[in-house]
Amino acid sequence: MSITSLEEVLKILREDFDDILQQWLETQREEGIRRPDLFSDSESYRQAKNLLTAFASGMTSASQEGRPNLDDPSWADLRAVLEEITHERVERGVSAGEMATFVLALKTPLFMRLRNNLKDSPDALVSEISRLSRMIDAFAMRTNEVFIEEREQIIQRQRDEMMELSTPVVQLWERILTIPLIGTLDSVRAQEVMENLLNSIVEHRAEVVIVDITGVRVVDTQVAQHLLRTAAAVRLMGAESIISGISPKIAQTMVELGVDVGEITTRPTIRAALALAMNRVGFEIRANKESARD
Amino acid sequence: MIGADACPVLTVPLRDERDIAAARSAVSRELDKRGARALRKVRFVTAVSEIVRNAVDHGGGGEMSVFVKERPLEIWVRCTDTGPGIADIDEALQDGFSTARSMGKGLGGAKRLVDSFEITSRVGGGTTVEISAAL
Repeated sequence: MSITSLEEVLKILREDFDDILQQWLETQREEGIRRPDLFSDSESYRQAKNLLTAFASGMTSASQEGRPNLDDPSWADLRAVLEEITHERVERGVSAGEMATFVLALKTPLFMRLRNNLKDSPDALVSEISRLSRMIDAFAMRTNEVFIEEREQIIQRQRDEMMELSTPVVQLWERILTIPLIGTLDSVRAQEVMENLLNSIVEHRAEVVIVDITGVRVVDTQVAQHLLRTAAAVRLMGAESIISGISPKIAQTMVELGVDVGEITTRPTIRAALALAMNRVGFEIRANKESARD
Repeated sequence: MIGADACPVLTVPLRDERDIAAARSAVSRELDKRGARALRKVRFVTAVSEIVRNAVDHGGGGEMSVFVKERPLEIWVRCTDTGPGIADIDEALQDGFSTARSMGKGLGGAKRLVDSFEITSRVGGGTTVEISAAL
């Protein structure tokens, strides 16, 4: 028998599978991570059983050499089960720490059994325990990775949702539209802005479009280029665009970058842009005589 | 060159568009923390935006590190990528030079916005840009 094999562990899993499973669930209860508030007994039992089954079958086929590598094809089953269970548990509000403890609790029953079975050969005992321990650790770390991946997906989704929210085209007056840009104008956003804007021009028969960049903190050459392209497309649609909200700081920075806005109309504030736009479509903003304050 | 007296503050990996925004806000936060004036901040962050965008778009990604020097207080940014490198740096710094269909003003513009600008590149060996500004 090679000193690094996990023969004894495999034997235990083969012969005492149900006992180990029961004791694992028992350990989870003792450590306070059983969460009967979130999972029924039968659900907990099913999850633990699926994991242990996948663990046992993975161990039988996986290479015992070197560092435990969960990316190996022999662990495919285990990975799938682990991801599924982590997903289920995370969705119901189990923390990353609890999820890792859930897996690590498997050590207790297996270690106890190993100690009994191998009490006459301490070398084999130490070797099996250290190898098994590393394997279960790798296993617990994987649940954390799955946990983080889930979180990243949530962040990505929220980001996508935010992006849709942040490019509304608003009609200010007959034939006048505005699109307030906020945050950054990356290529994806710029494409969305362009599409929304051009469609809205057709829909509202707009003649003037105010692109307000008060909420854009940095105008680098790429943002400037997106703005200029948008303005050019608006012009091709027969409308005029006004870029408003260029702060003195951004104006100076743009000059030094060497950005030339050409013949595009710009205004420092959306207020000035609105007055100009009204004028272009044949209206003027005037104070009401009776209520005018001087 | 970023000397040994500069203290590293943070590093942002540069992989995609999102990281460009992250790099910009990280530098912006550091400048705020050290009381940089608004114009100084906009100029420096815009320059950062240009160089990290180059690293992502043309350099296939890399990383950006921020350093701070005390007495006099200066902020330094180093941006490295592992891309194809730039064959002719003087040409790349000229306004209007572009290998993509962009304005071609990014590098030269960034240089005009900062106090020091240093670029090293080797064909096939990636590009490193270091910029700094006094606070």
